[in-house]
Amino acid sequence: MTPAVRRRVFLVAAAAAGALLLWGLTGLPDYGVYNGPYGDVLNRVAVAERSATNVVAAVTFDYRGVDTMGEEYILFAAVLGVAILLRAQRDEHEEPPDEDAADRDAPATSNAVRIVGLTLVGPVVLFGLYLVAHGHLTPGGGFQGGVVLATAALLVYLSGEYVTLRRVSPELVTDVAESVGAASYVAIGLLGVAAGTAFLANVLPLGQPGQLLSAGTILPINAAVGLEVAGGFVLLLSEFLEQTLVIRRPGEVT
Amino acid sequence: MPRRLADTAAVATAAVVTVCCLALLASCLDGTAVYWFGGWVPRHGIALGVAFAVDPVGATMATLAGVLATAALTFSWRIFEAVRTLHHALMLVFLAGIVGFCLSGDLFNMFVFYELFSVAAYALTGYQTTDPGPVRGALNFAITNSVGAILVLAGIALLYGRAGALNLAQLGQSLASRPADRLVIVAFLLLMVGFFVKAAVVPFHFWLADAYALAPTVVGVLFAGVVSELGLYAVARVYWTVFSGPFEGVQGLRGILLVGAVTTALVGGVMCVLQHHLARMLAYATVSHVGLTLAGFALLGPAGTGGAVLYLVADGLVKGALFISVGIIEHHLRDTDERRLAGRGRHLPWVAGLLVLGALGLAGVPPFGTFLGKALLEEAALAAGQPWLIGLFVAVAALTSAALLRATGRVFLGLGPGGGPAAARRGPDESAVRHPHAHPTQVAPAVALLALAVAIGLWPGLTAAAEEAAARFTDRPAYAAAVLGGAAEVPAAHPPVLLAAPAGWAVLSALLGLALAWAALRPDRLPAGPRDRLARAAAPAVAALRRIHRVQIGDSVTWLVVGMAGFGTLLALVTR
Amino acid sequence: MLKFLPYMVAAWLLLVGLYGIVTSRNLVHAITCLSVAQSSTYILLLSVGFERGGTAPVFLDVPVGTRAVDPVVGALTLTDVVVGATVSALLLALAVQAQKHQGTLDPERFGKERD
Repeated sequence: MTPAVRRRVFLVAAAAAGALLLWGLTGLPDYGVYNGPYGDVLNRVAVAERSATNVVAAVTFDYRGVDTMGEEYILFAAVLGVAILLRAQRDEHEEPPDEDAADRDAPATSNAVRIVGLTLVGPVVLFGLYLVAHGHLTPGGGFQGGVVLATAALLVYLSGEYVTLRRVSPELVTDVAESVGAASYVAIGLLGVAAGTAFLANVLPLGQPGQLLSAGTILPINAAVGLEVAGGFVLLLSEFLEQTLVIRRPGEVT
Repeated sequence: MPRRLADTAAVATAAVVTVCCLALLASCLDGTAVYWFGGWVPRHGIALGVAFAVDPVGATMATLAGVLATAALTFSWRIFEAVRTLHHALMLVFLAGIVGFCLSGDLFNMFVFYELFSVAAYALTGYQTTDPGPVRGALNFAITNSVGAILVLAGIALLYGRAGALNLAQLGQSLASRPADRLVIVAFLLLMVGFFVKAAVVPFHFWLADAYALAPTVVGVLFAGVVSELGLYAVARVYWTVFSGPFEGVQGLRGILLVGAVTTALVGGVMCVLQHHLARMLAYATVSHVGLTLAGFALLGPAGTGGAVLYLVADGLVKGALFISVGIIEHHLRDTDERRLAGRGRHLPWVAGLLVLGALGLAGVPPFGTFLGKALLEEAALAAGQPWLIGLFVAVAALTSAALLRATGRVFLGLGPGGGPAAARRGPDESAVRHPHAHPTQVAPAVALLALAVAIGLWPGLTAAAEEAAARFTDRPAYAAAVLGGAAEVPAAHPPVLLAAPAGWAVLSALLGLALAWAALRPDRLPAGPRDRLARAAAPAVAALRRIHRVQIGDSVTWLVVGMAGFGTLLALVTR
Repeated sequence: MLKFLPYMVAAWLLLVGLYGIVTSRNLVHAITCLSVAQSSTYILLLSVGFERGGTAPVFLDVPVGTRAVDPVVGALTLTDVVVGATVSALLLALAVQAQKHQGTLDPERFGKERD
């Protein structure tokens, strides 16, 4: 199809599909009316049963914990995929990219960006850890905290300290962090089997709702997810950043 | 990790997964095996957690995936040089996603595993980065399938808004009391279209040929053997557990699905014959057989479902073996275009034998398992008052086996107008030949897969078992009781399937296939007048079909929306 | 009309995202459009679980039993967001490759290799 034909065919078909979609969507209850029962039941019982005051976390990491395990492995697979795609590419170049980086003129980073960026690294790491550790109490958790932790690495890069970033998070460390994070989720799940109940069943004391050390396995699972997400995202970032270094050869205009 | 260790660990893991799936299959023969993660058993009929609900059909699909992954990893033993451990890890994640998808009894959980194996597949399709082709194929594959996944999720959201549940059994119970209204119809539309994309039902199939042609063989084996079949499995699973209640008595649904099935079968069959690239040929053979299998599911009864499941398992094994054979050709001759390969395969007699056997398997000749599956399908078609479907089955079998036999004749015997005696004389000393003989670890997996396809065909009592499994698969109240309440199921007895007439049809299919292949290889032996008239008459249609299939990303997505609009309009019309 | 506004926003985002993919002349743009289409599912999921007057399902400062929105759709959306982000990352890696091999990000100009 030529672009013009395609656009026309699409618009006709999309008009019909859109009409069908709207027709179906008006069959939903009015916005703001929730008939349950799934969410209502969980809102009623989750705090008592799981000692987690954040019911979304109880759903994510316990009631529907196996979804989240799958989700974690989706992230794992995507990171592996990016690594396969971009590393195989990188191997074709004979010089290691580090040397490229040393040769080329680094984009000038102003002192203001550098100071603000590096100053933020500490607080951002702390905030990320806080989010991971309090996922069962307040909104947050391993995914959100892990991304915030990875942001700290991005700040280091933005401050023009790419070489530092390579030194503090070499591929091996991030690879291992990611894999250990993914594997620990399964390991924590297996604890339930070992204890004679079910996969992903809670085996730790539940504690008092609202306490930092409460909600049983949700806290360690959050830590595992945080580790995996942080490792995975740093790996993604550094794979893509390697690409910009490979593409931006000295003398080339990008 | 050293290469040997990684290879061994990967093959061993896949083999262990296969054995576990077999054990699951054995354990669920007497009743659906239900496992509640975290021990969250349902309360008052409300599922709090996520369940795996394993019945023989789901366990069989998972076992099939395990077998194919083991074969593929064994095949790759000697081939991959780079990114080895990452590749193996992705293959195992791919397998894990498929197994989870087959066993899950929860709609959103199915979506998660669907995304898991899809993401692994996108990466595995595109990573042969020395070639420009795979990247383009992988992009089309990934974008089109991601759109499909978005539609699936939208359908889940609609159902959740109505029923407040995600468990298949609970959704089915909640929707069963009323006939399908607009929300249920549109939710059904979105879910089915999403799964049709994965199954490569026409017109949702435009991503498939590129993905097949460009994926490395190891991945292609799973694509050819099980991925499209998973789309069909999901269509059937979700229909029978969730939608069979509200759509009960909707007469037109069978007709709509049959239209899709016939179009898919014929477009795939014709495109298969038109291909010269061997992997693309297998891709369209898959499309064609997806149509055939969908026809079985479209009869919307246990008999058709049983036949379809039996057929797709045997067909998956045969196609896996064929894909490995094509991989061997590619590995040894550095090419997969039958015209350029003409006569160059003489020193690989094993592979020629595999391809011929595979073609017979595709044709559904006894003793291949595909024969039993098709016998059940034909019986179901007759019982449903659709005897013309037998003609479709014969046509599909003839077309796909003809394409394969033609390619075999050309590559291994040097027959055909393109090759000629000059091409035939070129021997194994050709410079492009890297390895003179196929290695046992390459041939053995293909032989094993074909042997399994035959074993299925010879297994005593398998048709009865398939019918019983299908009867349970299509029994929504029994499924719901097993998952939510726990009640005994009463399997019904089935009369044995009569195999005489199907055997006749199978032989006819194979002979037609052979005749077509011969006609393609020796057009000079055909009477000139009718031959040229036929060629002239078919030329415009063939050109149009080829043109339509020359797609890029935007086209695949456009066709997806066109298909969705068409299917949805028909659905809305027949349910009014 | 207002009773269905969020649902219509979801339908609009889905269609406009698909339109972007269909007409795109740049892969990075097409991948972004896929994210737009994907975000329709976030809106749809969250709006079917919304309950008027409900708080967030976090019972730290409010007692259990307070009217709250559905926690399940929150968990589903979290999964959906992660899936969307990872698929985007993978697609962008493929786009990087496409740029290197084909020298262009325009799908119309990709070399065709067929028979």
